[in-house]
Amino acid sequence: MSSSVTTAELYPAPPDGAVAGLPRLLAGVHEQCALTLTEHLSVHGQLPLVGGGGRSRSRSRAAKLFEEVEGSGLCGCGGGGFPTATKLRSVAGARGRPVVVVNAVEAEPPSSKDRTLLELAPHLVLDGAVLAAEALRADEAIVAVGEHAGASAASVYAAIEERTGRGEYGRIGLTLVSVGGGYVTGQESALIAGLEGREALPTFTPPLPFERGLRRRPTLVNNAETLAHLALIGRLGARWYRGLGTSAHPGSALVTLSGPVAYPGVYEIEAGASLCSLIDAAGGTTTGVRGVLTGGYAGSWAPAAAIDELELSRDRLAAAGGAFGAGIVLLLSSETCPVAETARLARWLAGQSARQCGPCMFGLDAIAEAISGIAAGAREQASDRRLQTLAALTAGRGACAHPDGAVRVIASALRAFAADFEDHRRAGPCELCASADELPLPLRAAGHSGARP
Amino acid sequence: MSHRVEVNPITCEAHGICAELLPERVSLDEWGYPIVDGRPLHGSELEHARRAARACPTLALIVARERARSRAS
Repeated sequence: MSSSVTTAELYPAPPDGAVAGLPRLLAGVHEQCALTLTEHLSVHGQLPLVGGGGRSRSRSRAAKLFEEVEGSGLCGCGGGGFPTATKLRSVAGARGRPVVVVNAVEAEPPSSKDRTLLELAPHLVLDGAVLAAEALRADEAIVAVGEHAGASAASVYAAIEERTGRGEYGRIGLTLVSVGGGYVTGQESALIAGLEGREALPTFTPPLPFERGLRRRPTLVNNAETLAHLALIGRLGARWYRGLGTSAHPGSALVTLSGPVAYPGVYEIEAGASLCSLIDAAGGTTTGVRGVLTGGYAGSWAPAAAIDELELSRDRLAAAGGAFGAGIVLLLSSETCPVAETARLARWLAGQSARQCGPCMFGLDAIAEAISGIAAGAREQASDRRLQTLAALTAGRGACAHPDGAVRVIASALRAFAADFEDHRRAGPCELCASADELPLPLRAAGHSGARP
Repeated sequence: MSHRVEVNPITCEAHGICAELLPERVSLDEWGYPIVDGRPLHGSELEHARRAARACPTLALIVARERARSRAS
């Protein structure tokens, strides 16, 4: 059955005044205050639930939901970009009563889209979690937030309270859990470890969470934004969802834009929108721009010359050598030195290693050391060949993808700012090296204790 | 059924015994951690690999069946 046929039969027309174009996820939100359940329902309409009414009926409703999700092309919005329908079906096919985890840890410093979404539209994310839980015959969903969740945690807490005692939503137990830890906490296996009360560090897999995750149950771990999209697809169907976006990255996407623009912040864009249109929406640039980082600290740098050509979707950014990741777009101003910033980033990424895996621990340290030497124009410098060797010895050899992402983003900086690196190799620090730091690289009070000292 | 060698990078503590017992499949990087050739093991290699796995002080060397492990996303 093709999804374009089933859509019109299965899903009601959008309620009046609802989302025909943009915004979708952020429809109806007001500044700095969450939509109440009543407001949320008046914007988006009732959630067509898939549970209840006998096992075979709820099974077939779940199967139809999975078809719609597959037809929509929805992929994970936390950075991995994994097809959501495949994940849902994997959990549905595993043994045991599943559990749903909403990953809202958002440990990437230049990202705030999940916190913004939860702060302004918590019920849409909870709807997605409830819908997924019902389709999987799970009885609970856990919203996992990071230690810097702030107002978003309060908003989720209040939204869960609002639903208590509301029969149509009451079947799925909703809880909010705060998970402490650094950059790698967002990795699925680390998140599950954190939720189980262990230190939130990646584990060696298999089994993958969908087979045996939280408390050894099959576990659906989805990013908060992914579940909000799911809540809209559950209401309006795949054909509606594909009314925006590219064929490989349909729909809308939340993007965190930072750097020298008049209004940095979280924007909901049509997937595939040009970077220029996003910058325009943010009031334009306020200084010159040296480069742009897409996909965050596991993503990719491009030089300023590429800005006019970049389009913001998974497929188009990948084709241009960039990364969509978790929707992070960071502009580096012309008032800072890209070499010095890369050296800082390399040190920070080395510090974020959980220090569980030798190649990650030693490799990222060695890379950071080498980049610092180049930035300082040191007498003894790592050659480009040596940097390539270190990259090859580091990427792909950890239990999680942290070393891979770190190597990727640093290698992209070496390419995007090649002339600057060459200048620093020869002449040492430039006049901009001492300027104020731009990349957000927060220090944590307590670092990973890790498996080793 | 094909077998291949893998390393659990979390439990590995770079003792290096695997590289001594299974040099045809394991070399060591500059920090002493194993770089494994994960292609299928043939004939007598399987027995050598199992012996190396048993000798690993942290049991980090694994002789795995079929496809290579996938990683956490």
